[in-house]
Amino acid sequence: MEIDDKLKIGDKFLSSRLLVGTGKLPNALLPGVIAASGTEVVTVALRRADFHSPQENPLSFIPEGITIMPNTSGARNAEEAVRIARLARAANCGNWVKIEIITDQKYLFPDNEETVKATEILVKEGFVVLPYVIPDLVIARRLEEAGAAAVMPLGAPIGSNRGLRSREFLRILVEEIKVPVIVDAGIGRPSEAAEAMEMGVDAVLVNTAIATAGDPVRMAGAFARAVKAGREAFLAGLAATRKYASPSSPLTGFLHEVKK
Amino acid sequence: MSFAAELELYAEFDFSSFWEKTEHRQVRAVFDREYLKPLDFLTLLSPAGGDCLEEMAQRARALTLRNFGRTIMLYTPLYLSNHCVNHCRYCSFSASHRLVRKRLTAEEIRREAEAIAAQGFQDLLVLTGESRSVTPVSYLEEALGILKEYFPALGLEVYPLSTEEYRRLVNAGADYLTIYQEVYNRETYDYLHPRGPKKDYFYRLTAPERAGAAGMRSLSIGALLGLDDWRREAFFTGLHAAYLQRKFPAVEIGVSVPRVRPNLGGFLPPVEVTDRDLVQIILALRLFLPRAGISVSTREKPRLRDHLIKLGVTRISAASVTAVGGHARPAEAGGEQFLPADGRTVEEIKEMIRASGYQPVFKDWHRLW
Repeated sequence: MEIDDKLKIGDKFLSSRLLVGTGKLPNALLPGVIAASGTEVVTVALRRADFHSPQENPLSFIPEGITIMPNTSGARNAEEAVRIARLARAANCGNWVKIEIITDQKYLFPDNEETVKATEILVKEGFVVLPYVIPDLVIARRLEEAGAAAVMPLGAPIGSNRGLRSREFLRILVEEIKVPVIVDAGIGRPSEAAEAMEMGVDAVLVNTAIATAGDPVRMAGAFARAVKAGREAFLAGLAATRKYASPSSPLTGFLHEVKK
Repeated sequence: MSFAAELELYAEFDFSSFWEKTEHRQVRAVFDREYLKPLDFLTLLSPAGGDCLEEMAQRARALTLRNFGRTIMLYTPLYLSNHCVNHCRYCSFSASHRLVRKRLTAEEIRREAEAIAAQGFQDLLVLTGESRSVTPVSYLEEALGILKEYFPALGLEVYPLSTEEYRRLVNAGADYLTIYQEVYNRETYDYLHPRGPKKDYFYRLTAPERAGAAGMRSLSIGALLGLDDWRREAFFTGLHAAYLQRKFPAVEIGVSVPRVRPNLGGFLPPVEVTDRDLVQIILALRLFLPRAGISVSTREKPRLRDHLIKLGVTRISAASVTAVGGHARPAEAGGEQFLPADGRTVEEIKEMIRASGYQPVFKDWHRLW
């Protein structure tokens, strides 16, 4: 099953369905967290990539073989996001990009419209684009049409650790969107990551919940196992939960009664 | 509506009786609130709030970790000029003082930039005194043009400007603006600024709004603590920051909490702001504005700074030289603005941050154009 169950993003096949953010961790913890998480993709903000000083550069702490997904943190519109993506590619960070356009610093709401615009431009330029959005089916369809490699809806506001508050909308995206759906932001505990995977989400991206745990390395391992368990449960086919008890046909039983 | 109008709403407010009446249970009730209103913030700043510092600290730390992670941003100031036409009673740069006055030439700016960049800094706060004749906007543009080559993020802390002038400086490479109202109490402001353009309270008060309209990515404000009742001053600082966040949702808002330092002229702050008071201000600000950057400069002593980074502070300066030209050629430098209390080297500060379990971050922005 493991062999068949790879997640395809762009031209890569991933065994791990846990993506990890780096922005809130000390660099020294990155190798341990990445190893324990089993992740194959980490996101790094270009604004933090410090090419002048390797010792302070998070990129120098990411092991070989891990795919780097630069993100456009700090971008306030499509134009800035596009610019950041190009600078990242020019700095040898590869051609993956997580588009993050924030025009609300208080709640860190992504700007869906600008994100669509940036996706359209960057896909044409050959980037593997993973846009971070508020879960909105109409927007997700437009992103899919524009050629996004995945859509990354939030579960709850970034850094809030509040879990899958947008559950009902995520379900709809899982149902309707053909490219991978990756829950990015809001997941606060492994059980919530497992729940997302059970719902049929293709992967989850976790940063704050790992970075702010008492022992980030151990928490990374916990998330890895939760994501795997959730995925297996999804593949196994969860037994349906019922809202009401189901006695044998009390309402339609009469249809089967033999006329006397 | 400008912040000036919002400030007016509190003109008749009886702060003393509000604080007198505030009880511990009201402070604790605020702890349970997700989004705080101005009066909740005022409650945290009360004497009763001061009795609940440990609980407040636990919440502030959790909020800071969630929003900023285990990171501390580092920056350093570069003083371009200490020429000043104002007479602020608390400042060494005051035109009333005899001070070696200096303005850096293009060549000197380059030398300072090289010396600072060599220490690892990538976020530079560029400062001048207020003198439109010695350091006009065109001079600042020229300076930014040079400094852009060395630093991916540039902040300005200069005299208040018009929207159009701020726009010119944004185009020249300024990413953020720091401007302190110094004191929100208008009478105290009037007394402390006896002459010069800084006497215009409202032009200064509304400067961050103009800078926001001009496209600055980030705005940082603050009151110089010790000039007036600190509870009130901290309240207006927080209110001002919340106002700016509302008016410019895309802009990152920062707050500083400078205390008056020894200065030429020997001005003694009329109000004592103890370490404990400073901690209460920082914690209350963090709970009221969970996303705001909070800066602490080298005005504070090492031991206190070491503790503050765990309580809500997100940005600290290091290896600060407040004398004009003091980085490259200290012997030829102009007079200092204040005497830093934390003289540790960048390496020492980095070590302290790492030992606390945090990442020192030198680069948090990448110039796009």
